[in-house]
Amino acid sequence: MKGILKRFYCGIIKENPVFALAIGLCPAIAVTTTAINGLAMGIATAIVLVFANVIASLLSKIIPQNMRVPAYLIISAGLTTIVDMLMHAYAISVYSALGVFVPLIAVSGLVIGRAEEYACKSNVVLSLFDGLGMGIGYIVALTLIGIIRELLASGSVFGKAVMPESFEPVSMLAFAPGAFIVIAFICALHNKLMSVKKGAKKADDGDEKEVEE
Amino acid sequence: MIKDLFLVIISTALVNNILLSRSIGTGVFTKLATDRKTAAGMGCAVAAVLAVSSAISAVVYNLVLSRLNLEYLKTIIFVIVILIVSAIIAVIIKKAAAAFYEKAGKYIYLTVTNCAVLGTALVSVQNNFNVLTSVAAAIGTAVGFAVVVAVFADVRERTQYNDFPESFKGTPAVLLTAGLMAIAFYGFTVFA
Repeated sequence: MKGILKRFYCGIIKENPVFALAIGLCPAIAVTTTAINGLAMGIATAIVLVFANVIASLLSKIIPQNMRVPAYLIISAGLTTIVDMLMHAYAISVYSALGVFVPLIAVSGLVIGRAEEYACKSNVVLSLFDGLGMGIGYIVALTLIGIIRELLASGSVFGKAVMPESFEPVSMLAFAPGAFIVIAFICALHNKLMSVKKGAKKADDGDEKEVEE
Repeated sequence: MIKDLFLVIISTALVNNILLSRSIGTGVFTKLATDRKTAAGMGCAVAAVLAVSSAISAVVYNLVLSRLNLEYLKTIIFVIVILIVSAIIAVIIKKAAAAFYEKAGKYIYLTVTNCAVLGTALVSVQNNFNVLTSVAAAIGTAVGFAVVVAVFADVRERTQYNDFPESFKGTPAVLLTAGLMAIAFYGFTVFA
């Protein structure tokens, strides 16, 4: 149970795929022009990630060491095709907004990286929850970037106008340069928060030592 | 005809640069472009895989998949093409530049998981390019990719000892640099 909770904490906060590990960046930059696009992309990736993790963990004994990456690529390409066709059938407007980035989930560093670094060395349950944790972390990250960019670039969130009329939109944030800069700042904030936390922990340890002395 | 192909090359290399304006394959920035030599080598390796595999993918898609109405298999087929091409290129690098392979061999597969390679093939399909245009687009994209990675590594080498605030060190600094470069490349849209 503790292991499962740790997978969620790692995936969402401590090792958030976008802000801490900096993997899966390319959709995070390209499709997060609006909050809804970010959310949809996050969910699509998370689904592929969870299933790929489970399959990679189940097949870890069968796949030879040096064929791992090619095998995972084929697995994730198959899963991506399924998600691609489902989105095409049931969510056509979002599907056309995401465009080429839905099939690109197949080679996402996030999916391959987790299968290679975690799932092939762990049991099925932990791999499943690692996929869920990382997937939710990715959804949170993409939605957050999407909200910030949509808010500042067009003054709305999830398509609803929230800014006052006098708000001057920062149109650059709707394009690629804006995404790089927004992610850089969130990343820096994440670093700051993590280092503050680490500092607090160290300070606590120090205090305890002093008391003991 | 030749003029059109030339325009496609310019457009994919500069105006719609795959890294900075389409932002496909940006993972390579934070992982590989650390010093000039590795970046130049890897940039060329990715560009080679990219050009060859997108060209083959375009041929396979136009001549096989679309004739048999199997378009939905494009992702899997393209991934397999990329895997084969990158394995061949890895062997060539191993034979031709053993020292470089020692250093960067483990990154060869990273080029496969780099979205830029699959992305180029998919963009060509999405735009309904014919075979010849797809090949031109692949070459243009490869050139644009190599140039940006090389320039970017240069910028990083010059800024690595700069006095960034503590929390901006590492990824945020890299992303900010990329953002500023993307603004510079945004200037090329006047040609579009």
